[in-house]
Formats: sequence, structure tokens, C-alpha cells
Amino acid sequence: MEFGLDYDQKLMQDSVNRALDRVCPLDRVREAADANEIAEDVWLALVELGIPGLLIPEQFGGVGLKLLDAALVSEALGRHVAPVPFVASCVMAPLALLHAGSPAQQSKWLPKLAAGEITAGVAISEQIAGARDGCGVIAKDGRLNGRAMFAMDFDDAAFFIVADTENKLHLVGATAKGITENPLTTIDLTRSLGELSFTDVEAEPLAHGNALAALRDAGWTMLAADTLGAGWQMIEKAVDYSKDRKQFDRVIGSFQAVKHLCAEMAAELEPGRSLVWYAAHAFDAIPSDASVSAAHAKSYLSEIGRFVARTATEVHGGIGITDLLGLHFWFKRIGLNRQLLGGPERVRHLAAVMQGFAAA
Amino acid sequence: MDLAYSKKYEDFRAETRAFLERHRTDFPKPYGGGRPSAEMLAWQKRLIENGYAARTIPREYGGYGADPDILKSRIIAEEFTRAKAPTGLAGQGISMLVPTLLDVGSEEQKRQYIAPTLRGEIIWCQGYSEPGAGSDLASLQTRGVEDGDDFIINGQKIWTSTAQSADMIFCLVRTESERAKHQGISYILFSMKTPGIEVRPLKTMTGNAEFNEVFFTDVRVPQRNVVGGRGQGWFVANATLKHERGMLGDPNAASARLHAIIELMKEETVGGQRLLDDPVLRDRLMQLQGRVMAMQFHGLRLLTAAAAGNDVGLARLIVKLEGCELNHQLAAFAIDVLGELGVLYHDSPHLRANGFWQRAYMFDLGLIIGGGTAQIQKNIIAERGLGMPREPKLARE
Repeated sequence: MEFGLDYDQKLMQDSVNRALDRVCPLDRVREAADANEIAEDVWLALVELGIPGLLIPEQFGGVGLKLLDAALVSEALGRHVAPVPFVASCVMAPLALLHAGSPAQQSKWLPKLAAGEITAGVAISEQIAGARDGCGVIAKDGRLNGRAMFAMDFDDAAFFIVADTENKLHLVGATAKGITENPLTTIDLTRSLGELSFTDVEAEPLAHGNALAALRDAGWTMLAADTLGAGWQMIEKAVDYSKDRKQFDRVIGSFQAVKHLCAEMAAELEPGRSLVWYAAHAFDAIPSDASVSAAHAKSYLSEIGRFVARTATEVHGGIGITDLLGLHFWFKRIGLNRQLLGGPERVRHLAAVMQGFAAA
Repeated sequence: MDLAYSKKYEDFRAETRAFLERHRTDFPKPYGGGRPSAEMLAWQKRLIENGYAARTIPREYGGYGADPDILKSRIIAEEFTRAKAPTGLAGQGISMLVPTLLDVGSEEQKRQYIAPTLRGEIIWCQGYSEPGAGSDLASLQTRGVEDGDDFIINGQKIWTSTAQSADMIFCLVRTESERAKHQGISYILFSMKTPGIEVRPLKTMTGNAEFNEVFFTDVRVPQRNVVGGRGQGWFVANATLKHERGMLGDPNAASARLHAIIELMKEETVGGQRLLDDPVLRDRLMQLQGRVMAMQFHGLRLLTAAAAGNDVGLARLIVKLEGCELNHQLAAFAIDVLGELGVLYHDSPHLRANGFWQRAYMFDLGLIIGGGTAQIQKNIIAERGLGMPREPKLARE
């Protein structure tokens, strides 16, 4: 019985963190966010480490690791508010192809994804978080019609994995005839989201029926891990600031009012780490627990993430809310993670449904 | 990450299960504190002989003498819970005094006290807190004045559970009044039958007297009953408080409460509708389920780290704060689920679960405060876990 990370996992996460420390400091994040684009050099550093192929088997040029490894990367990316594709392109899209793709689809796309030559988007929001503004994609005779919002890793995606209103998945080339891309601007400028409109668009169905649930569970776990990393970074920044900032002739970190805020953040956030680890592990090793634990990881980190984001900002006092300090990049990242693929109330409802406590 | 147990542990689990199956008819009523029944004493003896109690205490002091193996301890706990078997005797003598004596007791003290304590023949109470010394425990004023080979002890202790049935007390007493606050305390063992001791039950908001006040008037105690040396009491006691804090945040208790609440929500109806079908209550249930899972896995993480001898720092420091709070929130939620029925108490008609949830809600508030208040826990997390500075000392008036 061992509940924890092994040596290789610690090493891998260390090397991702070190690479991001080097190529993705706050100034670089700010630059990419201002230009509203992916940080190409940060992406290349991840490609160098094999991150795009993390979950892709070696036969397709990937590394063939597990979702727990991906969660460790997601945590590191959240920690650095890295302006790069990941959750959809490096996790959900490869999993869609691995779970439900034909051999032809797999050998066409997986090697390119693994090599980081292309990225992919995922548009399943309507089927998980619920349809807004009349969205929803209807599939009929290999053609898609309708609209999908909150497509993840949207910019520059070579193809999209799209869920239709019957929860079936389709692969659509980004340049397919009849598709219109419409970027959505969120609070978080480090990640790209968009809306896809389909007018009689030719799409390849992905065969397997239950892949949407796997995509959802993986997506929830990755977003939770991202918040874990972003949240801990905010706590560390708050603690560091409180040891430096003086008022009333003392560092503010010596006031219990400030110490207790920091202790509460740490005490609430840290058990979320074990929940993320378990959900990611269950995805590969304990299928019966995978969906419920992924839902709880997403819900827990969303709730605690919001508490940490506002409290860490508050510990900084006035400077905390300025653009100059840049704490808001983490604040907004956590804010986006909370709502993507369903806010906590929605996710908890789904967790109740999964356990037979509520009707869908 | 590998949540399966290896063959060695699965074999141990099977062995434990078989033992419990074999002795199902010997199960005594669960130990509720105080003086154990004859059946309980026999059960305790059997558990020690088979390594299910006092497992890692050396044989020469009356234990089973196994090497520490935290996974085996966990398997024992899991299997006893599964079989609804009463575990061995608990209480402050076994959980706090015995580890202390093993650490710093003299050979004579170890031989005299450990074995009979393990067998349940000596019941102990803990004399730490005083009316004027709670969170600031080191400011305690119960005084021991040297008189020949003895101390003459005067003062008062409070929050002393089990004092009415205890044979002995392990007690913090200020014996070196000229020394600085933390250096003047001794950790002393003495009989509760010593002349000059008065025990008064302390009734709490639950309606029960879970605690006592203990008064000392010229209580004569031999100096050789000091553990760990004169003036060393603060350091001796701090070592044991760690054991207590580990005990107070049990994640399995939270899990058991959650399951009881789910059953409650399936069984109870309001206006003919199951409580589980109320979307607001269901959302609260799901929130708590997420928290219970997080603490359970956090517990597994700490268990793995402890088995490997790794210190996880902050992760360990949060357990008392988070664990006690979660148990309290679960009790609060159960009361809300029951609604008006949730306020029934004592021996009222329509009472549910014998009033457990209200009693737990009130009693658990004491656990949040006792063993280091939530605020003290936050200081510890901030200072030792996050490296934040201590409160500056005020200048002495």
C-alpha cells in the first residue's frame, strides 16, 4: 500500500517546474496575455520535455504515462499560470482518440499531437455543464449542425473533438467546410476558449460510446490539479509578502489575523492534493471510483480555490488588486477553472446522479 | 501509487479476520471509559497475547513486542471496524502515558506501571489544564513544594476526564518556582487515593459530566515519582500532546458519520418526500462527501509517509484542525437534515439515534477547543508549516 508519488513522478514534476521557472516567469505570462496568444517558447519547452505526448503510447511517439503524471504537469502549469494548451490538447483529445478512435484516426493524429506539431481542441461543454444560449450540436448522417461554446485550447487547434446532443463524439478538422470559429474572451487571458458554429459540417464519428465520461473525468481532474498548483502559488506569495511587508513596526506576518488566514488557506487546500492524486489514480486503476472522485476533486478544488484566491489577494492588501503585482493572473486562472466543464453545484449534482442519489 | 496491499499484508489481514471470527462470541460490550468490566479485561488480555493490542510495546513491559508496522496497525483497525469488534482498551493511560514512560521513564517506572496499565488494572487520568492555564498551558500554577523526599502539592486541575474512576494521575506541577516558566514544571505520577484529592464532576452543555475538576490540598507525593527529571515536565508533556493530536482527527470517524447521514436521508421523509430528494440538502451532502474523501486520502498519504519514515511537515499539522472541524460539520448537517426532529433530546418521544447528533455537535465543539484550540492549531500551521514569524513577546509589566 503506497499512497503517494514515486521517485520518477517527483523527478518529472521537478523538471517541468524547473523548465517553467526558466521560460515562464510572470513577465512572459503578461506578454502572452497582452498579445492574447499562446507563449510559443513555453510550448516548445514543454515539447522538449515530451509533455504533449505524455499520455500517448510509445508506438505513436509518446511517453505512455498515466493520468496521475498528467495531473502533476497540470499542477505545475497552474503554478506558473502558463499560457499554453494542455487540458484539451495534451489530455482530453489524446484520450478521446485512444478510447474511441479508429486505428486510422489514431495513427493519423496521435504522432503529430505527441510531437507537438499540432494542437487539438475539445468542445463538450454543452453535454457536461449544460447548454446555454441555444447551443448544442446535432449529428445526422455524418454531418454536424449547431453551435458549441467553451471549446477548450481553441486557438490554432488543428482539429476539435466535439460532443453531440446524444453524447457521441466526433472529430472535426478546424478547416472543415461550414465551420466558423469565434473566439471567446474570458477573465483568464492565459488560456484560449471559443465558440464553434457548424453548418452541415462533415465529421468523423469516434466509435466508442462511453468516451465522453472518460474525457469529462480527465478534464475535471486536470482543472482541479491546475487550481491546486495556482492556489499553492498564491499561498506562497501571500506568506512571502507577509514576511516582508511592515506595518506598525512589525512584519504583518507576525499578526495572528494574517497568520490565521494563511493557515486556513493551507489547511483547506492541502487535503485537495490527495483528492486530486486519488482521482487521477482511479482514472487508470480503479474505474468504479473514477467518476465520483473526479467530480469531488473538481468541486473541492473549485470551492477551496475561490477561498484561496480571494484570501491570498487580501493578505497582500491594496497592492494585491493591482495589475502591477500580477497576482490577478492566478486569481483569474482559478476563476476560470471553477466554471469550466461545470461549476461546483453542477458537478456535485452529477456526483449525486452517479451514485443514484438523484435523477439525471 | 499502489493502493493494493502486498501478500504479507493480505495474509495478516486474513489472520486478523480469522481471529475475530473465532472469538466473535467473546466480544465484550465496547469500552466507554472508566473502570473496565471483567469481560473487557479478559478481552484485553487476549488481544495483547495475539498482538491486537499493545502491539509494539516490548514484551518485558507486558506488550506483544512486534516491530512497529503502521500498515499492520491500520489493517487491525480496519478489520475490527468491519467485524464490529471492540478494540482493546484506550484512554489516556495507554495512549499517552505509556508512550511517555517508554520514552523517558526510569526502568523502575516502566516496570511498575506499563504492564498493569496495558492490562487495564490501572486507569489513569491526565492533570494538565488549569482554570488559568488553557492554551497557555505552561503558565500552570499547581505547586509542588519540596518536603524531605516528597513534594507537597496544592492547586487545581480542570477538564480531567475519567478522574472519578482513575487510580492514578499523570500531572504537571510547578516544582521549581524560581525557574523560568517552561523550565519549572515536573511531570509527576501519583495515586488518586492520596489524601487531599477531591474530584468534582464538571457537567457540560451535553448534560453529561464528561470532565471533572480536581482539587489538591497538601497532597504528599514522593519525588521519585517524577518522570524525565525535575523541571523537565514541559518537554515530557509536549511529546505526549503529539499523540493526542493525532488521535483527535480520525478520518474514519468522519466516514462513518457520512454513511450514517446518507442512510438517514434515505429513510427519513418530510411531507412524504425522502430527504435525499431535497436538492439543497443533497448538495450539502455532496460537499461533505468531497471533504470526507479528501481527508481520508490525506490520511492514506500520511500513513504512507509515516511507514516510510518521511516527515510531511505541514500535511501532518493540519489534521487536528481539519479533522475536528469536519466531524463537527457532519453533526451540524445531520441536525439540519432532521430539522425540527433534530432538536429533540434527552428522552423525548420521536427522538432519533438516541440524541447522538446533538450530543456529538455539542461534544465536538469541546474537541475543537481541547488538545490545542483551533486558533493554537492555526498558529502552529502558520509558524511551523509556513515558516511565519511568532507573535512578538510583550514587554513584562
